[in-house]
Amino acid sequence: MNTVMSEQEKQEGGLTPDTQVTEVAPKAEPSSNVVIEVDNVSFAYVPKKDVLHDISMNINRGEVTAFIGPSGCGKSTLLRCLNRMNDLIPTAGISKGEIRILGTDIYHREVDVIELRKHVGMVFQKYNPFPKSIYENVAFGLRIQGINDKKKLDQAVEESLVFAGLWGEVKDRLDSSGLSLSGGQQQRLCIARTIAVQPKVILMDEPCSALDPISTATIEELITKLKKEFTIVIVTHNMQQATRVSDRTAFFYLGNLIEMDKTTKIFHNPSMKQTEDYISGRFG
Amino acid sequence: MHDIAEDLPIKRTENPFATKAHALKRRDRITSIVLRLTTYFILACAGYIFVDIIVKGAPVVFKGTPPFINVPFLTQSPETLMTFETADGEFHKMDFSDYSQFKRDFPGLKIVEEHSHAFSGGGILGPLVGTALLTGICIVIALFVGLTTAIYLNEYSTKGRFMDAVRLAIMNLAGVPSVVFGLFGLGLFCLVAPVITTTPMDGKFAIPLFLGGNFLSFQGWGVSMLSGGFTLAVMILPVIIAACEESLKAIPMGFREASFALGATKWQTIAKSVLPYAFPGMLTASVLGITRVAGETAPIMFTAALSHKDKLPWQDVNSIGGFFSQSVQAMPYHIYTVAARIPQSEYTQPMQYGSVFVFLILVMLFAALSVFLRIHYRQKVKW
Repeated sequence: MNTVMSEQEKQEGGLTPDTQVTEVAPKAEPSSNVVIEVDNVSFAYVPKKDVLHDISMNINRGEVTAFIGPSGCGKSTLLRCLNRMNDLIPTAGISKGEIRILGTDIYHREVDVIELRKHVGMVFQKYNPFPKSIYENVAFGLRIQGINDKKKLDQAVEESLVFAGLWGEVKDRLDSSGLSLSGGQQQRLCIARTIAVQPKVILMDEPCSALDPISTATIEELITKLKKEFTIVIVTHNMQQATRVSDRTAFFYLGNLIEMDKTTKIFHNPSMKQTEDYISGRFG
Repeated sequence: MHDIAEDLPIKRTENPFATKAHALKRRDRITSIVLRLTTYFILACAGYIFVDIIVKGAPVVFKGTPPFINVPFLTQSPETLMTFETADGEFHKMDFSDYSQFKRDFPGLKIVEEHSHAFSGGGILGPLVGTALLTGICIVIALFVGLTTAIYLNEYSTKGRFMDAVRLAIMNLAGVPSVVFGLFGLGLFCLVAPVITTTPMDGKFAIPLFLGGNFLSFQGWGVSMLSGGFTLAVMILPVIIAACEESLKAIPMGFREASFALGATKWQTIAKSVLPYAFPGMLTASVLGITRVAGETAPIMFTAALSHKDKLPWQDVNSIGGFFSQSVQAMPYHIYTVAARIPQSEYTQPMQYGSVFVFLILVMLFAALSVFLRIHYRQKVKW
């Protein structure tokens, strides 16, 4: 269905993906506000089979950037390029271009991926607390950095849980298992665990897709709060969610970045026909 | 639209579900009977073995008077059993040591109809201790090598032809007959394994270490506990590796991803977010492995076991090296000896069935322990 549509559109519009990208997302001039620069990046899971094509975008400090698009369009793949989680797949890698975070090419061979991930945290689709106590879940990131000072840990755990809005609910049972919490609470625990390491950027891969509407609303509220201190990139299937939480939205289709702009612009007055078709529910 | 009922002329007086194909029905019934009988046959075999062992073995181990357990049978080592009649026609049955004493006590007594039954007197402490030591050594070695291999295979190795070949080799190892492992152990551990010694054996390859006149001499460990334990370990490795790998595979990918995303190194991730949760499964499998290894005869036949030994392993030993380099008695080998290598008579039977009964109980206890551990941890560790 999607491929048929895209072929029709190619015939109608006559635009190749490359021209679309350069037209819509020109390389931004260096600005102090830019945290992540994706510069003409192509990515392949298996050599020579690119699943992302010439992506270029800038992600700004203190903003929530949403990636939207139909399944398989490459939005999660790009997200996982930003903290090099794709390194876990042996044959996968960037085939072209550069990703710079705070001005440094993160795929440069002198970059330690372990250090990178301390600065670029990640929250996953399926909440995945460790089968440890709530306290140890939040303290995990600090403990692996060799911090075992009880006072420091106590403080960090409390601050993170307070920030994640979970402190009031769990302060009396920090020793009980993280898995004893409800789904929404577990996801907030995962967020607390991520912010305990004090990253600069938090990547969220469909953080609410396994949650009920009320838990989703709580998480969205939290995201709005988080953006004051962290730069957030969120992948979502839920377009209402994108309009609610994000400042800027990028629309992906078949491995191409079709359009990236202010969220209000994308949802009210998109430049590209494919974007309009997608957000109006005509495909995807 | 035409009426469907017209196409289906059902006469209401006739039973539409009446049996039509009698031959088919009969075949169906015969199949079911055959399947049932084969299953019952297995049940009967297992039942016969167990009942036979329990009926003939339990009286050897248990008795009707307190403490209800035949303590000497469990606390003495095997001895020769003597049966004889004195001149007045009185029948006697006693262990060889008691017999010597008896003859000293009554020096002039005329003894007729004297028979000796090797290994049929005394108890089974020696074999029990030997088997415990062999399985102990085996499980330490097998767990260490098996766990590290499984971690490498599951967490570090990348998929490819070479890794497929490694896996195939491990799987093939599981199909090698145990007697081949016995010969392998004899060839490798007994005859060429390296030892550090000041006096290397003649004709063996030795490397001087320049440390207090020591040599690394490839002269083998001889027929010893260590050789037997290592041989058993190699034999059980495929099982342990497979079990450990399955346990590692069962850990959700999310744990690893979460750990990596928090900036953990590969080893931190494995040590803190994978192994602790995989441990129960590995433990269960290892306990099952122990029961299998404990019962193996062929691998220890050439490498560790001997049929008779007066002393227990810790008696008359003055160094750790000496402890591990002695040969031991072992339950399976003892059972083989008393069942197949000595002339059979009514006097040898209690030892045969008693040994088998005790061994069976031990193995079943370990199997039960494994089941218990599995249930216990399944309740405790959940995700």
